[in-house]
Amino acid sequence: MDNLLSITIAVMLLPLAGAIVAGLFGKLIGRTATHSVTIALMGIVFLLSIYLCNQIILKGHPAIDATLYHWVASGPFQWDVAILLDRLSAVMLLVVSFVSLVVHIYSVAYMHDDPGYERFFSYVSLFTFAMITLVLANNFLLLFFGWEGVGLVSYLLIGFWFQKDAATAGGLKAFIANRVGDVGFILAMAVILMVFHSFHYSDVFAAVPAMSNQTMLFGGHVCSVITLICILLLIGAMGKSAQLPLHVWLPESMEGPTPISALIHAATMVTAGIYMIARMSPLFEYSEVALSLILVIGATTCLLMGLVAVVQHDIKRVIAYSTLSQLGYMMVALGASAYDAAIFHLITHAFFKALLFLSAGSVIIALHHEQDMRRMGGLARSMPITYLTFAIGALALAAIPPFSGFYSKDMIIEAVHLSTTSGAHYAYLCVLAGAFLTPLYIFRAFFLIFHGKKKIHGPIYENGWTTLIPLIALAIPSVMIGGVLIYPMLFSTPHLLGDSIFVLPAHQWLLSASASYHGALSMAMTAKASTPFWLALIAIAISWIVNVQHASIGDHLKSVFHRTYAVLVAGFGFDRFNECVWVRGARALGAFFYQVADLKMIDGFFVNGSGRLIRFISNTGRLLQTGFIYHYALVMVIALLFFVGRFLLGF
Amino acid sequence: MFFHPALLSLLIWLPVLGAVTIILTGGDHHPTLARVIAGVISVANLLLCIPLYLQFDPQSVLMQFTEDHLWISAYQIHYALGIDGISLAMIILTNFTGLLVIFAGSHSIKVRVGQYMAAFLMMQGMMTGVFAATDAILFYVFWEGMLIPMYLSIGMWGSSNRNYASIKFFLYTFLGSILMFIALLYLHIQTGSFDIGHFYQLHLSPNIQKFIFFAFFLAFAVKVPMWPVHTWLPDAHTEAPSGGSVVLAALMLKLGIYGFLRFSMPIVPDACAHLSGMMIALSLIAIVYIGLVAIVQTDMKKLIAYSSIAHMGFATLGCFMIYDIVRHTSGSQDAYMSLEGAVVQMISHAFGSGAMFLGVGLLADRLSSHSRNIQDYRGVANSMPIFAAFFMLFAMSNVGLPGTAGFVGELMVIMSAVQAHFYIACISALTLILASAYTLWMVKRVFFGMTLNREIGAMCDIHGYELINYVLLAIGVLFIGLYPEPILHVLHASVGHILSLSIPAVS
Repeated sequence: MDNLLSITIAVMLLPLAGAIVAGLFGKLIGRTATHSVTIALMGIVFLLSIYLCNQIILKGHPAIDATLYHWVASGPFQWDVAILLDRLSAVMLLVVSFVSLVVHIYSVAYMHDDPGYERFFSYVSLFTFAMITLVLANNFLLLFFGWEGVGLVSYLLIGFWFQKDAATAGGLKAFIANRVGDVGFILAMAVILMVFHSFHYSDVFAAVPAMSNQTMLFGGHVCSVITLICILLLIGAMGKSAQLPLHVWLPESMEGPTPISALIHAATMVTAGIYMIARMSPLFEYSEVALSLILVIGATTCLLMGLVAVVQHDIKRVIAYSTLSQLGYMMVALGASAYDAAIFHLITHAFFKALLFLSAGSVIIALHHEQDMRRMGGLARSMPITYLTFAIGALALAAIPPFSGFYSKDMIIEAVHLSTTSGAHYAYLCVLAGAFLTPLYIFRAFFLIFHGKKKIHGPIYENGWTTLIPLIALAIPSVMIGGVLIYPMLFSTPHLLGDSIFVLPAHQWLLSASASYHGALSMAMTAKASTPFWLALIAIAISWIVNVQHASIGDHLKSVFHRTYAVLVAGFGFDRFNECVWVRGARALGAFFYQVADLKMIDGFFVNGSGRLIRFISNTGRLLQTGFIYHYALVMVIALLFFVGRFLLGF
Repeated sequence: MFFHPALLSLLIWLPVLGAVTIILTGGDHHPTLARVIAGVISVANLLLCIPLYLQFDPQSVLMQFTEDHLWISAYQIHYALGIDGISLAMIILTNFTGLLVIFAGSHSIKVRVGQYMAAFLMMQGMMTGVFAATDAILFYVFWEGMLIPMYLSIGMWGSSNRNYASIKFFLYTFLGSILMFIALLYLHIQTGSFDIGHFYQLHLSPNIQKFIFFAFFLAFAVKVPMWPVHTWLPDAHTEAPSGGSVVLAALMLKLGIYGFLRFSMPIVPDACAHLSGMMIALSLIAIVYIGLVAIVQTDMKKLIAYSSIAHMGFATLGCFMIYDIVRHTSGSQDAYMSLEGAVVQMISHAFGSGAMFLGVGLLADRLSSHSRNIQDYRGVANSMPIFAAFFMLFAMSNVGLPGTAGFVGELMVIMSAVQAHFYIACISALTLILASAYTLWMVKRVFFGMTLNREIGAMCDIHGYELINYVLLAIGVLFIGLYPEPILHVLHASVGHILSLSIPAVS
């Protein structure tokens, strides 16, 4: 027990040690030493994570729930820095440490010429620390630590090239959008503390059933406490996992270095919201309203962002919008109480999306930081390995059996189909449309980059092995992980995630969905009878025709539907709206308060006004003191007459 | 273990003695000597805080390290000192800040060094006195005494508009304290003593309480500062030398909160309970309205000054929410967190904003125009990467990121706010967005981007005393953020004591 606990603490702190070494002493020890140290530490973390996973999941070791130290004790409350390693966090740990390790290695080549090399490695290790903290927390407070920590590092890394204005603006936008979500999260924490008197997951979850009918007065309406908490938590998740309408920061985050897009903005940080809701399943299960809301928001994000992805030209933005759409899938799964499926899709997505990003990065370096797909084409021959890995990523994303994305996405679609939570029907239609859109945009990108006519002159070379090994390392799980994991994740008893996930008996749609399959193979075999599979094939075919065979069709469609096209290019106008209403609104309001209320009214009228008043009174008073005796005598006489008159007339 | 019966007196008068020595040795003509004396004294003072902390008994609610001598027998005025947990924390903070300011000044002040050092040593002594005094007149003497060196420091080392700012500062704060003095005299007549502890035992009628409340309110609200008596602060900050700004932000604002805790709440509890709605409203205005105003500032110091007002809104909110919390939860247990949050906010704000003021000061020193305008800077991170990294940490503390000092108090106050009213929590939580907007937007404009100005491109990174200061502050920010329990530990009993005195219905 003690042994396992200390290993868990080591897993948490080693990346921090790497970050400190790289950050403080990076310049001192040089580039090679910096990346050697951080990569070695991440390697150890990965190996230890495998060990922990093995102990917790395969050997069935009981979950570790331990307090490290007391953070604050105040009144009746005591908040600890305390960790929980159960099946869910063990699985997440493995994913995070693996992707992080791969990204560390990949960055050696990708960031090779960058002057901020050491800083970069420091940030990436710091991010890993924050993410692992988030995953290992056993209470809301430490979760929030990690939650904000990943937000901070994301901000720093998006703005990594701080000389580029677009990059720093993107970072700022990401931070503020995340903070909007955090307002929801911190309020949720406050309500949880008020209702449950504890931040500890197990205390809260144990008390939920008894609280499920408790209500509080909220703006004149009676509202279920659990629903209120869940909706506030959902707002937090919407910020971090970039759900509509807080998704606006994710496309902009692509200004950061590509390895970061893979690690933070595809595989790990953006899935923190998904992880959080899955972790809170004992709460969300008791709130039908919150589940419906998740379904609707997730489904809408899935559909709309899939549509926007189709019209992007920047290779990274296609993948970014695709990430938004896939996060929508995970949200939908959560809303349909298919938490296992959501985590399953989170895992498969982490691998294939990181693969897609790093493959895209490989293309970008080969083309000397060209990201516009319209200027690419015909790269298949010059970059065979990247071609292959991108294809694997695309097939996995498009949910073609037997690639990993197929299993996870299909289970989500099935579960939503069976779900009876209100909004499930709408969500089902959206995810079906998503199943069509996903292959459409990713194969559009694929064909534009690798097929067709070569548009760049001069020789193009495949990258070196430090770039390619990570791609291969990610390609293998992108192919296999779905087929390997589906049985333990969904079919076996207990499930891989076991009692980390709680589902009410009335919400067992995933169980009924999985009951009709008898394993990975049978699932792949029956794919030909399923609608999403055929939708995907049609989409790939259309993509091939429009982008490779008859490029003119695309232009024709564009001119026929130019209004729709403009709306899609503008991303449904969310950015415009935010800029006009929130950003300018806040500035205008601030300027009004400052110029009018502070300067004119308080300072101008009251403060300086009272100064002027005093000066006026004293100036006036000064006039009385003329220094001429006859003036004073006159005043005396008038006063005397007044008092005498008053005495005589008797009033 | 080292123990001195007059430890508090030593802490108060040692800096004053140092100031006098500097003046007598002609510090202006011997700047190095002045710097050495000031440095030695402030280090010694900080070291004296160690036995103070170690020998302090956090379990006790009584005043500790008490000293009591009859001073003016005709009016029963005593030279009486003593501290509880809150004073202890504030005294340590005062002496820590004193050291920073002396270090910062020995670098950047080139004219009238002796007088500068003397003024700041005086301020340090007077402020320790304010936190240690248990006699109302003694308190008042220190309270007013500290204004003079502050006023002088703005007037002498300030920038262009310093006359307006220093007079505005003086009048604002002086006007407030006169009313406080009248209230103290009234309380003296009622009790026949100037012992603050005796004031607590008075049971005044509600109407009298209200009058006294407003007399205190004006004095303390100006100091905090609360909306709408806040407009002196941005002016004072912008015109003050950076050391003065640090003292203003880190210490002087806290005197207002300290006054509320030490005087208003225990002496006139009914009035406080009755008027808590107004105080909460003013605090929320500070958080949102001032937060918005901060966004549009173009002067870095003004921006940080406004952000200080917004942060102090959390402290006043934490103080005056307790009445609603007790009303809703029918127990004083839950109100602990609110009040402790307010005190922690006082302490943690000192680190973040103090560090940011220092940063602006050392940036302006490096520019020949001494400009503090955001638009005159761009791409500072290119030439000063170490400074940029430190500043980012302090900016994050200002934003309230977990793991930094700024988070702890805000979290505790927001967590309590929901028990007072859900909407109070909602409005106060807006600071998460506002603080990140104004702080990070400034960081973006000052530090990021290409360097266009050649002068900025040639700036040297922080070194020497600047680096020492920043390392000390960074340790403080991270320590409080990661492990605030040692601070809260000394606060529990004292906060509980104030709570029991301040809540009329419970006892």
